[in-house]
Amino acid sequence: MSEIAHAATISVLVQNAPGVLVRVAGLIRRRGVNIHSLSVGPTEDPSISRMTIVVDTAPERTEQFAKQLRKVVEVLRATAIDSSPTVDRELALIKVNVTPGTRLEIMEIANVFRANVVDLTEKTMTLEVTGKGEKVDAFVQLLVKYGIREVARTGQVTLVRGAQAT
Amino acid sequence: MVRQVIAPGSAKTAAPRRQMNGAQTLVEALRRVGVKLLFGHPGGASLPIYDALYDAQDIRHILVRHEQVAAHAAVGYARASGSVGVCTATSGPGATNLITGLTDAMMDSVAVVAITGQVPRPVIGNDAFQEADVTGITMPITKYNTLVMHPTDIPRAIYNAFHLARTGRPGPVLVDIPRDVSQEICEPDFETVPHLPGYRPVVEGNPNQITEAADALSAAARPIIYAGGGILTSGATPELTALVDATGIPVALTLMGKGAMDEMHPRCLGMLGMHGSAFANWAINSADVVLAVGVRFDDRVTGRLKDFAPHARFIHVDIDPAEIGKNKPAHIPIVGDAKQVLAALGPRVRAPQIEAWWKQIEEWRRRNPFRYRQRDGRISHQYVCDLLNRLTGGRAIVATDVGQHQMWMAQWYRCREPRTFITSGGLGAMGFGFPAAMGAKFARPDKQVLALVGDGGFQMTLQDLSTAVEHELSLPIVILNNGALGMVRQWQTFFYRGRLSSSILRNPDFAAVAQAFGARGIRVTRPDEVEAALTTALATEGVPCVVDVHCDPEENCLPMIPSGQSVAEMILDE
Ligand SMILES: Cc1ncc(C[n+]2csc(CCOP(=O)(O)OP(=O)(O)O)c2C)c(N)n1
Ligand SMILES: [Mg+2]
Repeated sequence: MSEIAHAATISVLVQNAPGVLVRVAGLIRRRGVNIHSLSVGPTEDPSISRMTIVVDTAPERTEQFAKQLRKVVEVLRATAIDSSPTVDRELALIKVNVTPGTRLEIMEIANVFRANVVDLTEKTMTLEVTGKGEKVDAFVQLLVKYGIREVARTGQVTLVRGAQAT
Repeated sequence: MVRQVIAPGSAKTAAPRRQMNGAQTLVEALRRVGVKLLFGHPGGASLPIYDALYDAQDIRHILVRHEQVAAHAAVGYARASGSVGVCTATSGPGATNLITGLTDAMMDSVAVVAITGQVPRPVIGNDAFQEADVTGITMPITKYNTLVMHPTDIPRAIYNAFHLARTGRPGPVLVDIPRDVSQEICEPDFETVPHLPGYRPVVEGNPNQITEAADALSAAARPIIYAGGGILTSGATPELTALVDATGIPVALTLMGKGAMDEMHPRCLGMLGMHGSAFANWAINSADVVLAVGVRFDDRVTGRLKDFAPHARFIHVDIDPAEIGKNKPAHIPIVGDAKQVLAALGPRVRAPQIEAWWKQIEEWRRRNPFRYRQRDGRISHQYVCDLLNRLTGGRAIVATDVGQHQMWMAQWYRCREPRTFITSGGLGAMGFGFPAAMGAKFARPDKQVLALVGDGGFQMTLQDLSTAVEHELSLPIVILNNGALGMVRQWQTFFYRGRLSSSILRNPDFAAVAQAFGARGIRVTRPDEVEAALTTALATEGVPCVVDVHCDPEENCLPMIPSGQSVAEMILDE
C-alpha cells in the first residue's frame, strides 16, 4: 500500500455542490494519474468541503495539478503541499482474528500504537488507530500474522502547521 | 473579446414578479444577457423551449439539419463577432450530437453556451427514453456545466453560463434543463446576479514581472514574439502592433493567432509550426528571448519540446495560469489578459539592437518563401488559396475545414484584420468549416464570408446546405477537391511507404449536389477557369455558391516538421 513511487498531497477547498467530486477526480484521471487516497468532509462552514488528495505523481507535476484544479469553477482553493511542514493523519479500523492466547499480545501492540479496541467478540477484535500513513502501515503489518479480516482506512487528511492556511 | 456587462435587469424598483413557465423564464433570461440568435434543432425534451421561442420575436432561431452544425455554427458566430455563440439541442441524441462542436470550443477557447433539454426529473437516472448523462459526458469538454433542477434557478444558471463563457479564458458552458422544469410554472427573479465564488480570473499582470520582461526584451539580440489566439480573444491587436512598431521585434503567429496582427506588416513572419513558414520556424528556434502571448505551446507548434527554441528565455503571458509552465518552463511568467499586459509592457521596452537579426531573418525569408508551381494543366491547391487571398485582399472572413487545404490556406491567406480566420485548431475537427462559415455569416452579414473545405470534410456536414439556402446566405463554399483525404494520403506517402489505405475518395458531383439543394454549383477542372469561378462565387448574392475545384491529386503540403520532431528535421519543398 505504501509502495508508491511518489506521493504528493493536494488540499482542495470546494463548494459543497453536486458533481464537484467527479469534476476533481476526473481532472486527475484524465492525466493518467492514480489517486492514492482521497478524503472529503465538511469544514467549519457547511457550504464548503475540504478534499485531501494524495496522488501518485512526481512532485514537479503537483503544482500543475493544483493549477488545473483551480480552474474548476467550484474550487475555492487548491494547494500543492510540498515543502511546508504539515500535520498528516489517517484513521484506520482493523478487524483481526483473536484467540484467548493472542488477545493480550494484540492489546499490547495496540497500546504501543495508542490504538483503541472498539469492538470485541469471541473470535475478533476491531482496533482503531490514528496517525501518519506510515504509522498505520506499521501497525497493520504487525497484525498480519494474527489474521486480518478487514481493514477500512480513511485516507490522509492534512493541514499545514502554524498560522499559514493550507 | 467584447466584454459585455451582465445587465440582468435595469429596473431599480422591484416590479411584481410575473408567473411563467421554466421555458419562458429561459427565453427571458437569454434576452437579458443579449442573445439575438441561436442555432438548434428541436426534440421531445426541448419542445417547451421551442414553444417559448415561438413567441420571442426578438430572438432568432436558426434551424439546422444536424446538431453538430449548431455547435460549429455557434463557434463561427462567436469567433467572427466576439460575442457568445448559442446552440440548443434536445436530450440524448440531440445533446450527444453537440459533443464535437463543444470539444472544439473547449480546445480553442471559444465563448459558447449550449442549452440542452433533459428527460423529466422523476425519471433522470432511470435510462428513460432519449436520456443521456449529458452533464457527465460533457464534464471534460466544457468550462462548466450544470443541470437545472428548479425553474427559479434558470436566470442565475444562464447569467452564470454567459459570464463564465465570455470572461477569463473563454470556453463552452452547457446548461441542461429537464422537460418538466421547462414546463413548471414559477415566479422567477431576473434581478439575480452571477454567483461564482471560486471564479476570479486575473487580468492585470504583475508589474514586477512586466518590468523584468521589458528588460529582457530590451537587451535581447534575437527576440521574437510568438502570438496566438489569446490576442484575438482579448482584442489586443492594437497593443501588439504598437509594441512591434516601436521595437521592430518580429512576430510569428500560431494557426489560432492568424489575424492577431496584419500579416502584410513587414515585421510579421506569418504562421509557425508544423506547416508554418521555414523562416518563422528558423527564427523562433534561433531566438534568445521569446515573448509568448496567448499561446499554449501546442505540439503542432513546438514539435519535440526539448528541442523547441533551445537557446531562448521564455516570457509567457496568459490569462490561464495553468498554461504557464505546462509544456515548457517559463523564465518570466505573467498571468493576465493579453491586452492589459501588452499595454503595460509596450512602453517599457526599449528598442533592442536587432539589425543583424533582421538581416538573418530576411535572408531566410528570401531563401525559403512559400511557393508553388502549376504542373501539367493541374490546378495547384496553393494557387486557389493565393487567388482567394488576392481577390478578397485578405479582408474576408474565411472559415476552413481540416486537412491539407486548411494548412495551405493558413500559409497563403494573409489576414489583414482580427477575427478573419476561423478554423478548428486544437481539435482539428473535419466538418467544421462550412457550419462555422454559416455561423460567421449570421454574425457578420455585412462582411464577405467564405468557406474553404476539402472534399472529405465537406461531406461530414454538407446536409446543411438546406439551412444556408433557406436563409439565402451569400456564402461561397470553395472545395479543394483532390479526390482524397489529402492529409491522410500525405502522411501515408511520407511515413507509410505510400500504402494508401482508405484515403482515396469516390466523390459525388458537388456542383450537382449543390444545385439539388437549391444552391449554386460550379465545377472547375482547368487552371484557366479558376479565377472566373471564384470571382463569380464571391459576387453571388442571396444564395450559397459551391465551387468544386478539381485540384492536383498529388500535391503535398510543405514545409513540414514531422510530428514529434524538431526544426532540424523540417521537410522543405524541392
Ligand atoms: C472528424 C475527423 N475525422 C478524421 C480526421 C483525420 N483527418 C485529418 S485531415 C483528414 C483528411 C481530410 O480530407 P479532406 O477534407 O478532403 O481535406 P484535404 O486534406 O484533402 O485537403 C483526415 C481524415 C479529422 N481531422 N477529423
Ligand atoms: Mg481532399
